[in-house]
Parts: sequence; structure tokens; C-alpha cells
Amino acid sequence: MTKLFEVPLYPYKRSADQDAPTPIRHPVVVIGAGPVGLAMAIDLAQADIPVVVLDENDKVSVGSRAICFSKRTLEIFDRLGCGDEMVNKGVVWNVGKVFFGDRQVYDFNLLPEEGHKRPAFINLQQYYCELYLVERIRALQAEGKPIEIRGGNKVVNLVEQEDHTIVTIETVDGAYNLDAEWLIACDGAASPARRLLDKDFVGRVFEDNFLITDVIMKADFPTERWFWFDPPFNKDQSALLHKQPDGVWRIDLQLGWDIDKEEEKKPENVIPRLKQMLGDDVEFDLEWVSIYTFQCRRMETFRHGRVIFAGDSAHQVSPFGARGANSGFQDVDNLGWKLKLVLTGEAPETLLDSYVFERELGADENILQSSRSTDFITPKSEISRIFRDAVLDLSEHYEFARPLVNSGRLSVPSVYDGSPLNGPDVDTLPVFTRPGSPIVDAPLGNSWLLETLEGDFVLLGIGVDVPDGVELQGVTVKGITVPKAEINPFLQARYLNEADQAVYLIRPDQHVAARWTEFDMDNIETAMNIVLGKGGQGQ
Amino acid sequence: MTTATTKPNLDQPDAFYADLLTAHEGLTKEESDAFNARLILLMANQIGDRKVLNQLLEAAGSK
Repeated sequence: MTKLFEVPLYPYKRSADQDAPTPIRHPVVVIGAGPVGLAMAIDLAQADIPVVVLDENDKVSVGSRAICFSKRTLEIFDRLGCGDEMVNKGVVWNVGKVFFGDRQVYDFNLLPEEGHKRPAFINLQQYYCELYLVERIRALQAEGKPIEIRGGNKVVNLVEQEDHTIVTIETVDGAYNLDAEWLIACDGAASPARRLLDKDFVGRVFEDNFLITDVIMKADFPTERWFWFDPPFNKDQSALLHKQPDGVWRIDLQLGWDIDKEEEKKPENVIPRLKQMLGDDVEFDLEWVSIYTFQCRRMETFRHGRVIFAGDSAHQVSPFGARGANSGFQDVDNLGWKLKLVLTGEAPETLLDSYVFERELGADENILQSSRSTDFITPKSEISRIFRDAVLDLSEHYEFARPLVNSGRLSVPSVYDGSPLNGPDVDTLPVFTRPGSPIVDAPLGNSWLLETLEGDFVLLGIGVDVPDGVELQGVTVKGITVPKAEINPFLQARYLNEADQAVYLIRPDQHVAARWTEFDMDNIETAMNIVLGKGGQGQ
Repeated sequence: MTTATTKPNLDQPDAFYADLLTAHEGLTKEESDAFNARLILLMANQIGDRKVLNQLLEAAGSK
């Protein structure tokens, strides 16, 4: 059987740029056709910004890799036009089991919170995610959108200029140059772009190795998440079992730092461990085995002039909490609209400084969460092990201890507190929809709030009339009015609290920019000035 | 309760102290350490308030 990841999806094709007498100038060049690079390109192309994606490869990634896609990521995929494909293929799980040593300490059932279009997360192999993103690009191309993926295009040199970067690309036909007005490096943790430009990747917090395997079970096996602390088959470390589509199970075994990678990967070493884990009578085939090595760290700054870093090239965390790819999509979400406004001249270049502020804040939060999970999973001192074991022992009989059990805190979108783009707030309105927060979905008529917003600037009037559409600071702002009679309990709780009306100014990445309890055009104009990075006093 | 009390507040202090020692009787050092950790976690949950817990952490640190 030919595997999805063996088929060339965007094979090398000679581009007219290669025959041009002088380098062709492109507004945006994205390096890397991984999930983050592909999503970045879709976001820009949907806004009619021409974009070229370069990748030395021509296929989706091998093995499952990133498998847990969070609700916010699914909402971003909805905005990018491929949410349904991901959710229809993905696996939703609710039951989890926690093991400590050789015994199960407790299980849990994550009942989904009502009033959201998307589940809290789905499990899906990264290669499917990439496939659906590539298919979305093909659909955009068919609509005539300016987007191109060039496989077999390896970036070998970058030279930074005042207002562009000279990109040298190697192909089977030889090398050629492009001029990129804006270069977005989405080329992963080992980022060749970062190396070529000699940029730092400092602040290492910790490092670890994981043995990651995809296993095909020959018989039924429950759709549950199993997490082991200090199991007999992986002493002092952790193990995770997760269901994926197509009867594929993902197993992560933490290995620690000082290991022999080649030795650990050998099937004769892997299979006995898996048998101990799954039980002797469970039959399975190994589909993929890999060692994932990470160092928890981030770049000191995500922007160097006309070069911007997004995803793993900018920051790396442990796999606990699914904060890698999910935070990369939040980078994309944050950067897309800002770069578009800068390219069209609707906003000053300084707007991009807010990408740096907001996404570095996001990365710091992910590194903090990731460090806390790691401290729980692999205690660094005797006393820290004593407390960890105490929590796990107590969790077997006492519910209070279960929230202390930390096997990774699932990625939730960052709230950009203190962002220079945040406008006025009213503190009697709900705290989780304050300026800087992502919009919390809610049913709206026969649809959903997030679906109604799409990716525009939106003025949302809840219980108060706002104009259908206005030009503010040269930018179109869509108006949505929810009449008093249509305010449901979800909208009330998530956007009003005790108030009977509110006005929200919402950014294209579906984060709140400012909010009021009265409609006043002058206030909105001022907030719009702030959110476009044109200055003015924020919060 | 929003402030930690460091004034006497124990019901029958001598009896509590004796109970604490009794609970540790016959335990190895390792078992006692584990017992203490469980007890601290249970007590912390009983208190709940982060502000109070921080004051107690500080009080314990300053001896």
C-alpha cells in the first residue's frame, strides 16, 4: 500500500522566475511547506496577497508527528476554509486514564462545554493536516488566488537588504534568486533560514528525547487517552497512548537526555516495551518509529527587519499540552492580517511590532506551561519527586488532587494582556472576553458567532444597533447587530455578564480589540487607530 | 479567611501534636516524607486561598 507520505504532492516544476534575467520581486515568500507555512500562505492568499511557498521536499511529513489540534486551531482552519475536512477525519476522545507505576489511579470524562461549534481538540496525523492544507491551496489556485507552492526548491542563501531579502534557491535545474519584500521563515525547529541569517535561538530551558511510534492495532482497542507516570516499562519517565484516525495509535515514550538514539529505535528494543505497555495479547504492527528531540527555547525576537519567524523556527516546547503546532497556527493567525495591512499601506510597518509582542508573550506562556508539566512528569529533585508521588497517590482516592496532576495542559489561545493594540475595556463585562482575548464562540441565530465574524474587522453590537459596515481609518469594518431578542444565555454569559448591551471591536484574527457598553463612533475611531498600530493610548 | 493567622488557633495543641507524632509512628523516613507531603497537599486544599497559602509559605521560610 502506498502511504500518503510517499506521494509527491507538489513536485518540482520549473518556474518562469528561473529564466528571468533579473530576480523577480515577490511581496511575500514563505520558507517551509509544513502546517505553519501552508496555513500562512492560505491566510495571505485569501486576502489577495501574492505568496510563494518554498520547500526542498515535495511531500507531506512522514509519520504522525503533531497529532493534537486544539479548538482554536480548528477555528483558525475554519477561517482558512478547511476546518470541516480536519474535523471530519479527526478523532474526538473524551475518556482519559491516568496510571502511576503499575496501577491506574483514576479516569476522567471530558464532557464538552456546550455552545461551541468546535470540540476542545481532535487527534489527526500531521500528514492529513498538511494534505488538507495543500488541497485548500489547490482550491484557492482554481479560484485564481495568487498562491504557489514550489517543491524541490531548497533555500541555500539569504542576504538581507534595506527593504527586501535576496533568496537563493537550489533546484535540480540549478540555482536562481528571488527578491522577497517580506520573508516568513516557517522552516521548523532546525530552521535553515535562522542559521543562514545567523540569528540566535537562545534561552534553552530544558531538553528531552521521545520515542514516538505509530502502531496499527489488529483488534479493537478503546478510544481513550492513557497517560503513565513512572511505568514499569519506562522507569522514571512518562508514556502516552493516543488514538488517531485509520486505526493508528500513537505512543510517546519519554526517554530522557542521555540515550543512544539508534539503539532505542531498533524494533527489537521498541516492541518488548510496547508489549509491556499494551499487554502481551494485543497484536499490533509498527508503522513508524522516530526519536523526537527537543530543546525548550525561543528566539530572542521573532522579527529581524523584513524577515519574520513563525512556528517551531521561532519557538520550541515539549510535546506535553500540544503547544507546538497549535501555537504555530496562532502565530499565523496573528501575523496574516497585520502583514496584509502593511503591504496594502493601510497600516504602518510598526503594526508588525505587535506580532513580536503578542506572539513572544504566547511563546513565553507555552514555555512556562511546558516547564511546569516537565517538572511534574520528571521531578528534578528528591523533594519534588516526593510531592509528585504524593499528588498521584492522593489522586486515586481524592478528587481534589486531580487538578494538580500535570501530564500537559492543553494548548489554549493566548490572551494578549498589555498588548499595544488593546483599546478601552469595561471591567464589569466578562473577564475572559477582555481586550486581547480570543473571541469565545457562541451560538448566534442558526449559525455560530465565529462563523459570522469570518476574518474581518468587526463591530459587534449585542443588544445595541451598530452600522452594517463602516470605513474607519481607511479600513472596512463589518457591523453585526444582535438584537436584544436574540441574546441567548451563552452570549449573555460570555459577552455581557449583568449588562444588557455591549459593543465589541474585533480584530481579523478574532481577538477583542476594545469594548464598551455604549455605541459611540468617536471611541471606536480611536480604538481603530490603536489597533492599526497608528498610535494613541491603549489600556 | 483572607489572611494567614500566626496567632494560636489550634484546638487542643498538645493533643494535635501527639496525633501528628502518632501518625508517623512506625514509618520509615521515606514513608514519613511521603506522609508529610500528602498532609501538606490535603491541608493546602483545605485552605484553598492562594493569598493565605503564599503567606504561609513565606512564614514557613522565615522560621
